[in-house]
Amino acid sequence: MDMDYRQDFPLIASERTIYIDNAATAQRPQCVIDAEMDFYMNHNANPLRGTYPLSIEATDVYENARKTVKNFINADSLAEVIFTRNTSESINLVAYSYGLSKIEEGDEVVVSIMEHHSNMLPWQMAARQKKAVLKYLYCEKDGSLDMNKVESLITDKTKLVAITQVSNVLGRVNDVKTIAEIAHKRGAVIVVDGAQSIPHMPVDVKELDVDFFAFSGHKLYGPMGIGVLYGKKELLEEMPPFLTGGEMIDSVTIDGAVYAELPHKFEAGTVNAAGAAGLDAAIRYVQSVGYDYMRERELAVTDRAVKGLLDIPHVHVIGSEKADEHTGIVTFTVDDVHPHDVSEVLISDGVSVRAGHHCAQPLLSYLGVNATTRASFMFYNTEKEVDAFLASVKTVRERLGYHE
Amino acid sequence: MSSNIYNEILTEHNIRPEFKYDMEDADIVLEGVNPSCGDNIWLKLKLDGDVIADGSFIGTGCAISQASADIMLGMIIGKKKDEALQMAELFMKMIKGEATDEEIDSLEEASALKDIAHMPARVKCAVLGWRTLKEAIDNSL
Ligand SMILES: Cc1ncc(COP(=O)(O)O)c(C=O)c1O
Repeated sequence: MDMDYRQDFPLIASERTIYIDNAATAQRPQCVIDAEMDFYMNHNANPLRGTYPLSIEATDVYENARKTVKNFINADSLAEVIFTRNTSESINLVAYSYGLSKIEEGDEVVVSIMEHHSNMLPWQMAARQKKAVLKYLYCEKDGSLDMNKVESLITDKTKLVAITQVSNVLGRVNDVKTIAEIAHKRGAVIVVDGAQSIPHMPVDVKELDVDFFAFSGHKLYGPMGIGVLYGKKELLEEMPPFLTGGEMIDSVTIDGAVYAELPHKFEAGTVNAAGAAGLDAAIRYVQSVGYDYMRERELAVTDRAVKGLLDIPHVHVIGSEKADEHTGIVTFTVDDVHPHDVSEVLISDGVSVRAGHHCAQPLLSYLGVNATTRASFMFYNTEKEVDAFLASVKTVRERLGYHE
Repeated sequence: MSSNIYNEILTEHNIRPEFKYDMEDADIVLEGVNPSCGDNIWLKLKLDGDVIADGSFIGTGCAISQASADIMLGMIIGKKKDEALQMAELFMKMIKGEATDEEIDSLEEASALKDIAHMPARVKCAVLGWRTLKEAIDNSL
């Protein structure tokens, strides 16, 4: 590969570890680190508050980031791009604001079984509070969705459908465009969790015609603590604020307040302007490398990993056997060996992977596994790294005392 | 680094545990849960006055938690409750990296787990059985 890109990422360039836990959080390129630092060194003031030049500069940095996000996901207007802390907060915003005000007793909320807890618990909460019926959309055992099941599960009673575009366990891409169409036909809105999709593929919210789309900066090479909620303007306008306080009002009296215009209505308190600057830089970085190149590299290493794992006796890959249905995420089990022991062996060989339930317990129990080990790749990972990972996996059973 | 934590003593106790079976007529039954991964064990003890006459465990978990529980049972069966508590205390001390070489030696097979002291992420696995034992005995006093 073009090794130069690895040099863009200080932690990758340091060769300190084989980092293949990218689905948990990506590494950041120097330009993102610089952008955050540049904000604090050269433009730091409370954005949106002061009228002096520094505050105006800070506001510009923050609002320019919003422009970058808007163009990146092809939103219609800046009013549709709300900065949050992360995907979890974005989805909670929709659940508390839209969910609690629009869902009524007896309505149905459809949630897929493959959701991260972040896109499941908020809907359990909203359904419980509003006495709505929570219906789960089950995938097939290979992780695919049967569109006939989707059609029949979403009914005229369905108010909202919550689904991830890419599962953080299976890595398979869900056809959210078609699901949005089905939801809309029934008068429901769709909330899409884009945490694992946008790091790997271009997202056009208009083309997908989704109502809400959430993602985290830190999985997209950006800083931690900055995330995005896209929402259709006509929906956001009708929604009550999620958090109240500073920055989100036009005027306040002792009896109440007139809320600020979108998107600020949903951004209470001092915002993470440095994080937004970092996210801006991250998006520009992704655009400069290009999704085409990133996907090509990710597919190459994922293909090597999936094929390699399938070749090792007693190793099972969760989900599809085809690399192009994994979006860089390869979750696996080793017979008789607990995932924490698998990861321990890998860690001792210098490979950073994740073991556990990956915040998707309902999916794992549906698939009949307790916990798993997950490797997740980005375009900066190399074939050599995959080979070291595979070599380590090969030794796991033996090192745990199983002599074939 | 952790490369040699999976030594023969540990893997043997994990693959062929002596005390992993269900005990129908236990006097004390207590569940221990590892909050960091959700793994659990059920510890079962039979008492004869002050003495732990017999014991077993069931449950799922990583090699470290399973082997540690199995080794523990081998050490405490036939011992008095307060002797078992002393061993538990010593084990915790070893896992925290605070035990002397003599103290570690006195832990016999359980000393095979001494390197966990350098693996903070796995401490909870190693102490799961011992923690549950301490709670079970404390409850019974
Ligand atoms: C599919 C999916 N949704 C949501 C999240 C939550 O993201 P965050 O922790 O940034 O809120 C994650 C990541 O952990 C994820 O993989």
